[in-house]
Amino acid sequence: MDMNLSLTSSSIAAPTQSRSYWHVVARQLRHEPVAIASAFVLFLIVMAAVFAPWIAPADPFKASMLKRLLPIGSSGFWLGTDELGRDMMTRLMYGGRLSLVMGVVPVFAAFFIGTSIGLFAGYVGGRINMVIMRVLDVFYAFPSVLLAVAISGALGPGMSNSLIALTLVFVPQVVRVAESVTTQVRQLDYIEAARLSGASAFSIIRFHVLGNVLGPVFVYATGLLSVSMILASGLSFLGLGVKPPEPEWGLMLNTLRSAIYSNPWVAALPGALIFITSIAFNLLADGIRSAMDIRR
Amino acid sequence: MLSYILKRLLYALPIALSVTVVSFMLVYLAPGDPLNAIAPADAPADVIAALKSAYGLDRPVPVQYGLWLWRALQGDLGTSIASGRAVVTEVFSAVGNTLLLAGIASCLGVLVGCVLGALAGYKHGSGIDRTATAMSVVGVSIPHYWLGLVLTIIFSTWLGWFPAMGAGPGGSADWTWDWEHMRYLVLPSVTLSVIPMGIITRTVRALVADMLEQEFVVALRARGLNGVAIFRHVAKNTAPTVLAVAGLQVGYLMGGSILVETVFAWPGTGFLLNTAIFQRDIPLLQGTLLVLCMFFVVLNLVVDIIQPLIDPRMGRS
Repeated sequence: MDMNLSLTSSSIAAPTQSRSYWHVVARQLRHEPVAIASAFVLFLIVMAAVFAPWIAPADPFKASMLKRLLPIGSSGFWLGTDELGRDMMTRLMYGGRLSLVMGVVPVFAAFFIGTSIGLFAGYVGGRINMVIMRVLDVFYAFPSVLLAVAISGALGPGMSNSLIALTLVFVPQVVRVAESVTTQVRQLDYIEAARLSGASAFSIIRFHVLGNVLGPVFVYATGLLSVSMILASGLSFLGLGVKPPEPEWGLMLNTLRSAIYSNPWVAALPGALIFITSIAFNLLADGIRSAMDIRR
Repeated sequence: MLSYILKRLLYALPIALSVTVVSFMLVYLAPGDPLNAIAPADAPADVIAALKSAYGLDRPVPVQYGLWLWRALQGDLGTSIASGRAVVTEVFSAVGNTLLLAGIASCLGVLVGCVLGALAGYKHGSGIDRTATAMSVVGVSIPHYWLGLVLTIIFSTWLGWFPAMGAGPGGSADWTWDWEHMRYLVLPSVTLSVIPMGIITRTVRALVADMLEQEFVVALRARGLNGVAIFRHVAKNTAPTVLAVAGLQVGYLMGGSILVETVFAWPGTGFLLNTAIFQRDIPLLQGTLLVLCMFFVVLNLVVDIIQPLIDPRMGRS
């Protein structure tokens, strides 16, 4: 316990310490083959989405009535065509852009907002903490899918409204994790020592609390990514998210539903990509979780 | 014990009240006048005023909320703007259909999850364990609306075993418990059961594996108890946690069924919410939300109350 050291030179000591911790986590992660494979799959999907305009074989919006619903393996259309004769491979690559954004952005937003609220509530403690947590308890009274559908339905269909809805669904969950860790850390002796030696609330949170809170919240947030992907595409599937003709996996799954009798495999493709992405996120999150357990 | 139940009830009350506020206020998040859905854009001012007073929209929002809550307590949730029927009638027939689906799906999911999880926990590190773990990861990662589609492709269009959509040959109105109708339940309920199955498998596996390492199990073994007797002890100790998780999952199914109901054109609350959202039918949206969320609140309360009955340690703390 070298608390004096961390007090006098807190601005220097804390970052070095946290860097070495993440270093250890990264090294530990190398022993998780499943997590690495998942990270690789995610890397491929992200690359295909980012570079879609340069590597996709066709124009994602170019329809052709003559080439509707071609099966997988057709010449020129490796993965077939959709109900308007647009190239599936192209649209799946482009679709990754919106689907990934819609899945990842709410988790990021909830991570920042939720951690801030949780840190504040946990650090301040007392009555203010209780009020914040009780207000957030109300959101727990709604099943998450229902809450997401209800908020984005009330706001009206559209991509930004779906993003807001999903963020609102995840914020209370992140707050809960951040708040409980902050409350635990706040009661430790070294925080008391820092406060007695005159450190401001901000620097205590920044240098002494944040480092302890970020880990658990980060693990929790990575676990949310898979749920978020499924929910985001689900909203588009219901017609509440991305609007046609934009390519997005959930929306593509919805518009291709009528084709399950004529061309089932093509119709199932967008969902398969949602599934692969979501399972990869889940397995990566599991790997990160067990890699970070070294601390205990 | 009684004080515990009372405490839980007192805790649930403000939550229930807040849920009514959120259910009512959610529609006011949206920009624009709620009347836009019913009145044509070029309606004369006196028609709009008449409609406003007919739906009570000319009063201040808190007054509207108070009136709405007062009527809701008496079992009146207003009139659906889209269909003109009482919201209560619409919501309850839909909730019945959703409950049917969610009930069967939860039984299936909890049962399979418990068996798989217990097997995996007992045979830690074996082939069964790996299979069960893989299944649970798939269960929590699969977009269930897509799974529904894939099951439809396989069992409906290819094999022709089960119908692809609907709730019976004559719709949901003439539901009877015969095979002709129950065939329609198979695909949607299997699809829906995958979510709780995955989560419960995971929970039970971790609990059982952890429990078997506890000292009291070692002591039981040392005393020469056989597998069945030890299993009874393990089951008793894992039951409260499993119950809590399962209760939460059943509640989530009430909401999660929205997507699955859309895939199978099941006439449940998901279908109702869809109608309410896309036709901007505000009383219907408020009523459906309220009933579904109250179910969730009550379910959580019931789980909280049952738990200490199984595990007396919880009631005392």
